[in-house]
Amino acid sequence: MEEKKLSVINKPVRKKDAMSLLCGKPVYVDDITPSDCLIVKILHSPYAHALIEEINTAAAMKVPGIEAIYTYKDVPDNRFTMAGQTYPEASPYDRLILDQRVRFVGDAVAIVAGETEKAVDKALKLIKVKYQVLEPVLDFRKAKDEPILVHPEENWKALCPVGADNQRNLCASGVDEDGDLEGVMEACDIVLENTYHTKADSQAMMETFRTYTTIDTYGRLHVISSTQIVFHVRRILSNALGIPKSMIRVTKPRIGGGFGAKQSCVTEVFPAFVTWKTKKSAKLIYTRKESQTAGSPRHEMEMKVRLGAMKDGTIRAIDLYTLSNTGAYGEHGPTTVGLSGHKSIPLYNGNLEAFRFRYDVVYTNVQAAGAYRGYGATQGIFALESMVNELSDRISMDPAAIREKNMVREGQVAASYYNEQMNACALDRCVARAKEMFRWDEKPLAQDMGNGKIRAKGIAMAMQGSGISGMDVGSATIKLNDDGFYALSIGAADMGTGCDTTLAQIAAECLECSVDNIVVYGADSDSSPYDSGSYASSTTYVTGKAVEKACCELKERMTEIAAEMLGCSCEDLIVGPDAICTADGSKRVSLAAIAEKSMNGNTKAVQVTVTHSSPLSPPPFMAGMVELEVDKETGAVELLDYVAVVDCGTPINSNLVRVQTEGGLVQGIGMALYEDITYSSRGKIAENSLMQYKIPTRQDICKLRVDFESSYEKTGPFGAKSIGEIVINTPAPAIAHAIYNATGVWHRELPITPEKVLMGILSHEN
Amino acid sequence: MQIELWVNEKKISADIEPDLLLIDFLRKQGCKSVKRGCETANCGLCTVFLDDKPVLSCSVLAVRAAGHRVVTLEGLQDEAEEFGAYIADQGAEQCGFCNPGFMMNAIAMFRENPDPTEEEILEYLSGNLCRCSGYEGQMRGIQSYLAYKREKGAAN
Amino acid sequence: MIEIAKYVKAESLEEAYQLNQKKSSTVIGGMLWLKMQKKRVGTAIDLSGLGLDTIEETEEEYRIGAMVSLRQIEQHAGLNALTCGAAKDAVKHIVGVQFRNLATVGGSLFGRYGFSDVLTFFMAIGAKVELYHRGILTVEEFSRLPYDRDILVRVLVPKKAQKTVYLSQRNTKTDFPVLTCCICREEEELRCVIGARPGRAVCLRDEKQILKDGITPESAASFGAYAREQITTGSNLRAGSEYRSILIGVLGKRALLSIASMDGEG
Repeated sequence: MEEKKLSVINKPVRKKDAMSLLCGKPVYVDDITPSDCLIVKILHSPYAHALIEEINTAAAMKVPGIEAIYTYKDVPDNRFTMAGQTYPEASPYDRLILDQRVRFVGDAVAIVAGETEKAVDKALKLIKVKYQVLEPVLDFRKAKDEPILVHPEENWKALCPVGADNQRNLCASGVDEDGDLEGVMEACDIVLENTYHTKADSQAMMETFRTYTTIDTYGRLHVISSTQIVFHVRRILSNALGIPKSMIRVTKPRIGGGFGAKQSCVTEVFPAFVTWKTKKSAKLIYTRKESQTAGSPRHEMEMKVRLGAMKDGTIRAIDLYTLSNTGAYGEHGPTTVGLSGHKSIPLYNGNLEAFRFRYDVVYTNVQAAGAYRGYGATQGIFALESMVNELSDRISMDPAAIREKNMVREGQVAASYYNEQMNACALDRCVARAKEMFRWDEKPLAQDMGNGKIRAKGIAMAMQGSGISGMDVGSATIKLNDDGFYALSIGAADMGTGCDTTLAQIAAECLECSVDNIVVYGADSDSSPYDSGSYASSTTYVTGKAVEKACCELKERMTEIAAEMLGCSCEDLIVGPDAICTADGSKRVSLAAIAEKSMNGNTKAVQVTVTHSSPLSPPPFMAGMVELEVDKETGAVELLDYVAVVDCGTPINSNLVRVQTEGGLVQGIGMALYEDITYSSRGKIAENSLMQYKIPTRQDICKLRVDFESSYEKTGPFGAKSIGEIVINTPAPAIAHAIYNATGVWHRELPITPEKVLMGILSHEN
Repeated sequence: MQIELWVNEKKISADIEPDLLLIDFLRKQGCKSVKRGCETANCGLCTVFLDDKPVLSCSVLAVRAAGHRVVTLEGLQDEAEEFGAYIADQGAEQCGFCNPGFMMNAIAMFRENPDPTEEEILEYLSGNLCRCSGYEGQMRGIQSYLAYKREKGAAN
Repeated sequence: MIEIAKYVKAESLEEAYQLNQKKSSTVIGGMLWLKMQKKRVGTAIDLSGLGLDTIEETEEEYRIGAMVSLRQIEQHAGLNALTCGAAKDAVKHIVGVQFRNLATVGGSLFGRYGFSDVLTFFMAIGAKVELYHRGILTVEEFSRLPYDRDILVRVLVPKKAQKTVYLSQRNTKTDFPVLTCCICREEEELRCVIGARPGRAVCLRDEKQILKDGITPESAASFGAYAREQITTGSNLRAGSEYRSILIGVLGKRALLSIASMDGEG
């Protein structure tokens, strides 16, 4: 497609909802739903693994105002998954709404619904539970084939062949390989092997999980939830409650952040069950503690990397084994692990002769994991990028040069990336631009500043995907209305990312009008066209393309009506911002007139719905470089500068891609330096609040310098790929690299706290 | 308990429980801009003014506000629109859930220190967490707002 | 979350004291810590009507009311001049401005929390507390007392010439400290207070006369090593004991050198 001058795309268009959000308008779940409803709370398990022997709710039921208390005895025996994925889901069906077996500290034991929060709190304390406490599986390294089973139940099932086996604590396992791995390894000058470990970090979106449920005019269950996946929620609730999907409607208002957390159905099932049973409205708002301990965090992973290379830096073979900890339930377990290999190894496609990627995903008795920005790629990239940095150190080669020598380039086919061809790849330009901005070649790896501090630099590259190839579905409905404005209806979920606006920009560009001439509505499982939902960096690339196609079709429809009205042929007409006219302007009919005509004696719909799916998932690419200082005596790390250059294809909104990048970098910085999840010997999470789980404040970061090197992805709307996830991937390996350069110690486990840095320095000196 | 206080310059009488927190009282009064993001006084989302000082309404007993003046973002719409436009022009509002607390504290900062340095801005707003934006866009927005104010000041 | 059955805004200290004798009663300060406790309070006693929210200056001392906020301490010109800015350095890392507008001096000190920057600071500068029943005693003495049902009325800071430096190590800028260190040198003595060990702050003096010939890089390092030896540390979520012990040596030395640089010594 020829590149024409763009008027709305790649412009800093203000988000449509920006001023409402900034002025504090009531637009979120708890703001827009009535408060005179049943308050729902969950009794959580204090044990990592136990069977409920007895549960007595009689005293609790006597608390004035208590409407209902449900235990495992009251819920359907249908196992389901809370993972928001396309059916049949890769995640095993391993959950009940409430189960007799509790599988982590925080697992749901009972649902309490009452008129006031105080009554519910009181009732929670009065529920008497007798547990048979069981030995938990807490060490994910030992979980596979451990005699203690997290899911011994008979009705556990995996819908897809993901290598799952509940009798072995396996949520998934598999292998992907290409080439003669051992042969190539043997022919290499150097083979390095190391193990890397990342934690079950929390998305910590500012709005915790929350759902309101009510019965609508038609006796159907209406779920208003802070979710990224309205259609998947409908199916999950149907599975969980055992009711037809036709009886469920799911809508989402504004969402106070998701980052993947809300790609699992964390809270929805509980108030939905209450409302379905009682036919009364209900609301569940998770506390921060619940969000931290019964949420859907990142999969903890341990990655063994074996890398085969030549002395000149040629990387010839990569062998990766990932052990992923899905926790008590398998949400996103089989899929996240795939990205640890499939979205790290292709970065070094340049000279790669062989690779092998093996993985196991194990069940343990800790909080179930879910989807978090980066979705396994973040973990795998930390491991592989660290390993490449270790190689560069071993052979004394510039770490940027080793990347230039081996990186994937445009036009290459990557066996490790489902044999996809890289249609659009500006990774080489990203690295070059980052080097220029950072003045990489002028700076030493490390420099003693003479004041007790060492200044050092580090580097990493990253990739991700754009939607799930051959699976994700995006749709858009575009309609012409009176006065000539357009209504765009989508099933994708704007969770702050701005997709309502970026999709409107795509529509405006196609329809040659201003963004203000397009109103956007989403997402509602009853009225929005089907969309898998906003995850996997899919919205711009997949749904965006659906918008583009829908607008092109609508133009044809409108032109047909205009042609009739003007008495000329469609070929002679051009669609403009507010009218359709002939090229010479002699004949003209306004969009308003076409809209009026469409509503008066008309049989041609001026509304088009298009559904799109892509057989490809074109990766965005980026390069990140960090400069930091390490205090030799305290181990404190001070970031000084971070340069990031991203190839997201054509940026749709120049402001929003920048802010996405900055936000992702800061989350990555937190992951690298202090965000940690640790468990007591009995499996309880210590970092259960924002007091203990420290996310970066604005004082903890440094100048972030972001730039873009665009490639043109011909299968994306106006050449776009994706931006949402990739941006979290470079900080951890780049920072670990810089800390090595400063201290001589590789930190292969995150986070790298000042204590670890200092103790590393001291043991290195001895 | 019976209390009387001013919320956004409107006098309000209410009968409340002694352990009702100001955040919950204000939300019940319709001030939905006041958000809860944690239970540990760490996030800054619930920031309101109590006698002109920014405080965490999650940590104030409503009864303690008796006889005092409380202001939420609902009461500062003009300022919010004027300053907010600069954040909107950066796309830094993102999910928006932290915005009201951030806006309140930023407005408090502008009143206390109309021409803050970058370091002073970082320090003053460090109690306002944001998980989306990476903070840089907020800083750009604040700086361009301050530049506009300086220009406007010079013109007058 | 805390439950409160009754709220009383005390009209006198005597009333507050009497109400507080009941075990179920609690004096409320800034409420920041208290509200997170899972506890049922019979009577919540509020001292905010007793005029204890000001810092008074006399010839000899600053008299800081129990209800003075940490933000007031941070911004108080006199206190900061007296302590070479250590007052601000001690509190500026505590969460954020909105938090410090609520957190009170009385609440921070009465709790004698291990993590307390405020306890570290006031102990180092030789402050005293005025307790309604017990009377006046030094913060150092007070820090060792068991919790009782007395009421902290004021903190008294003697206006003695001093050089003070406050340092802390934190994993993030506004987190609880991994270690705090405040050194205050007056004419007659030097106090080195180490807090967030993670136990309560303790005060060390130069009993071995390590600094008798002045603060030099060598003597500062020796004093740091001495402090590290003398002061016990423990482990918690934020760091281990060994790391904390190392930090005592480092921060102790650095604080001394910074004092020396103030007056051109060393």
